Amino acid sequence: MSSHSPPPQIKVKPWNDPRVRSAVFQIIAVLIVAWVGYSLFQNTLTNMASRGISTGFGFLNSTAGFGIVMSLIEYNESMSYGRTFYVGLANTLLVSALGIVFATIVGFIVGVLRLSNNWLIARLALAYIEIFRNIPLLLQIFFWYFAVLGTLPSPRNSLSLGEVVFLNLRGAVIPKPIFETGSGLIGIVLLVAIGMSFFLARWAKRRQAATGQFFPVLPISAALIIGAPLLVYFAMGSPIGWDIPELRGFNFRGGITVIPELAALLLALTLYTASFIAEIVRSGIVSVSHGQTEAAAALGLPQRRVLRLVIVPQALRVIVPPLTSQYLNLTKNSSLATAIGYPDLVNVFMGTTLNQTGQAVEIVAMTMAVYLTISLVISLFMNIYNRAVALKER
Amino acid sequence: MAVHQPLPDLPPPPSERGIWGWFRQNLFSTWYNTIASLVVGYLLITWLAPIVNWALISAVWTGDNTDDCRPGAACWIFVQQRLGFFLYGFYPADLRWRPNIVFVLFLITVIPQFFSGAPGRKWLALFGITGLPVLAFILIKGGYFGLDPVATSRWGGLMLTLILAYVGIIAALPIGVLLALGRRSEMPVIRGICVTFIEFWRAVPLITILFMASVMLPLFLPQGVTFDKLLRALIGITLFQSAYMAEVVRGGLQAIPKGQYEAAQALGFGYWRSMRLIILPQALKIVIPGIANTVISLFKDTTLVLIIGLFDLLGAVRSTLSDPAWRSVAAEGYLFVALCFWIFCFGMSRYSQNLEKKLDTGHKT
Repeated sequence: MSSHSPPPQIKVKPWNDPRVRSAVFQIIAVLIVAWVGYSLFQNTLTNMASRGISTGFGFLNSTAGFGIVMSLIEYNESMSYGRTFYVGLANTLLVSALGIVFATIVGFIVGVLRLSNNWLIARLALAYIEIFRNIPLLLQIFFWYFAVLGTLPSPRNSLSLGEVVFLNLRGAVIPKPIFETGSGLIGIVLLVAIGMSFFLARWAKRRQAATGQFFPVLPISAALIIGAPLLVYFAMGSPIGWDIPELRGFNFRGGITVIPELAALLLALTLYTASFIAEIVRSGIVSVSHGQTEAAAALGLPQRRVLRLVIVPQALRVIVPPLTSQYLNLTKNSSLATAIGYPDLVNVFMGTTLNQTGQAVEIVAMTMAVYLTISLVISLFMNIYNRAVALKER
Repeated sequence: MAVHQPLPDLPPPPSERGIWGWFRQNLFSTWYNTIASLVVGYLLITWLAPIVNWALISAVWTGDNTDDCRPGAACWIFVQQRLGFFLYGFYPADLRWRPNIVFVLFLITVIPQFFSGAPGRKWLALFGITGLPVLAFILIKGGYFGLDPVATSRWGGLMLTLILAYVGIIAALPIGVLLALGRRSEMPVIRGICVTFIEFWRAVPLITILFMASVMLPLFLPQGVTFDKLLRALIGITLFQSAYMAEVVRGGLQAIPKGQYEAAQALGFGYWRSMRLIILPQALKIVIPGIANTVISLFKDTTLVLIIGLFDLLGAVRSTLSDPAWRSVAAEGYLFVALCFWIFCFGMSRYSQNLEKKLDTGHKT
């Protein structure tokens, strides 16, 4: 006979039952959110009606009528407000992309120098990091724009770097490449060389796994990628020319002018973000335990390959997630452009266009949607990458 | 019986000892290190010497206006001349004792936090997050107890920067903790609301939020209800920072092993009690560096309010620089603000590192 009897059914009071309670809480939360959303919506409608603000996106088709100092796509005053959105967006993407590239390069260099066994260099890197990350970005932008670039000479007395690049109050003028006939071939050859070295690397890896024979992929693919286009370049008779800027009267003709707003913003974003990236890189490298280095050395790997095959892949695993958020921060921080008048999305669209049309709700919503999308896309790509390098546990 | 007597250790070779040994090890260990040290040292001296000379040695410290400045030397006159404006903005000069009292009280509550043995530290901290803001509001705003009211549009300078940062932190931390708990909740609706809220605020730049707070908030509110500009900025900053704070706290919550949650349940603790007594104290301790980083970034972000027309420290200096009389001292002005911010931010980061070391009980895996 079993002495076990089923446990007595305890009658739980409904207000003590976790399921009932959680359901009630959630219903209350939904009701509160719905009520807040509804009242905000109602308030907005009544407020807009009382101020005579029309709703809808019809304003995007009307003529903008204001000029923009810098535009990557074709733009003039007779184009629509919708076009100003794209101009601002392109400028935002430009400064973010350039900033990400430069900040990554500077950040990695400083992060590695921070670990140098040369006391002077390590301290210098530390000083750079501590100075730049503890000063507000907006202040740095102002400093570069007003206190440094603002003191450059007028175009007639430009500072020149080898009579090719000129620096003055209106920005930096750099030579512009002119692609003549046949230059397209160079690009094609470059792409083919990159593709070939990619397959070469795969083939070499497979061969090494199968036979153990090592193939020097890096020098050969470097020679391929640099050498092949150069060869074609000379074979075609140097089809890429340079349009060198020239001083005509009070301003420069030819070349590409980098406006000072872009230069200041880029400089500040790069130096500021690089100081964070440097710390991320340093902590990533430090996080690889010394045993790994020793184990690799015990296997007889030479120093350079220890770095490339053992330390860097493991350090990247630690570096990538915070690096992603720095990239996102840089993109969002590029909106500070509006403080010095670089025509980015916030300055053009949320600034001038909003002031002219008064369509606050639509414009703010569109601007925020852009940043939301950028954030989601970057974190999506980084998540994919992160999954690829994450620890593969058995 | 012969007992083995080890000889005393030889002293390290002279090349490894003393200042020369240090130099040899840290600067001239290999030939490339030697070259690097010499090149960097040379560049440092040639760059730093003129800067130090410009900023300190030949700088002009006293005078009345830019006429007293010399070319090729920093002109600190305007900092000295406009210091009152940089510290208080347009706050009436004869009422500045009120923010001064608040500042002294602030120091009294904050300084003991740096010393573990200070008497009444916990009570002062409690006062700092409850009584002090109320008292500060009454004193600085005025309008109660016969104090002359001062409109918030006249607040400015370092005072405004500190107010924005302090209120932002005190409001954002509890909201952030609640959001983090919500994001870890088992109730899907609550979790969904919190995730949406956090991800939305984290994805958009602060500047668009400040724009939204200053342009759109009046549209959202029922007619007749108005907030002044400072309060709108504060709401924007608080919501923005609470999302970041939530993510930091979530990191701490996730790092707590499941056994801790289960142990709390086994002891019969309810949700709030287990969070308050078991989970949060551990989680918050882990994320102190993260919280400190958020606080520092909030402090730096307060400068953005100048874009919506508030005169914080940077805004005050900028408006002075737009005055033709002081136009030529832009570099000095920005360096002054940079130094102020740097001292605060660097101090906070050092303090958080110390705190981290002190609180490290070795339970971290």
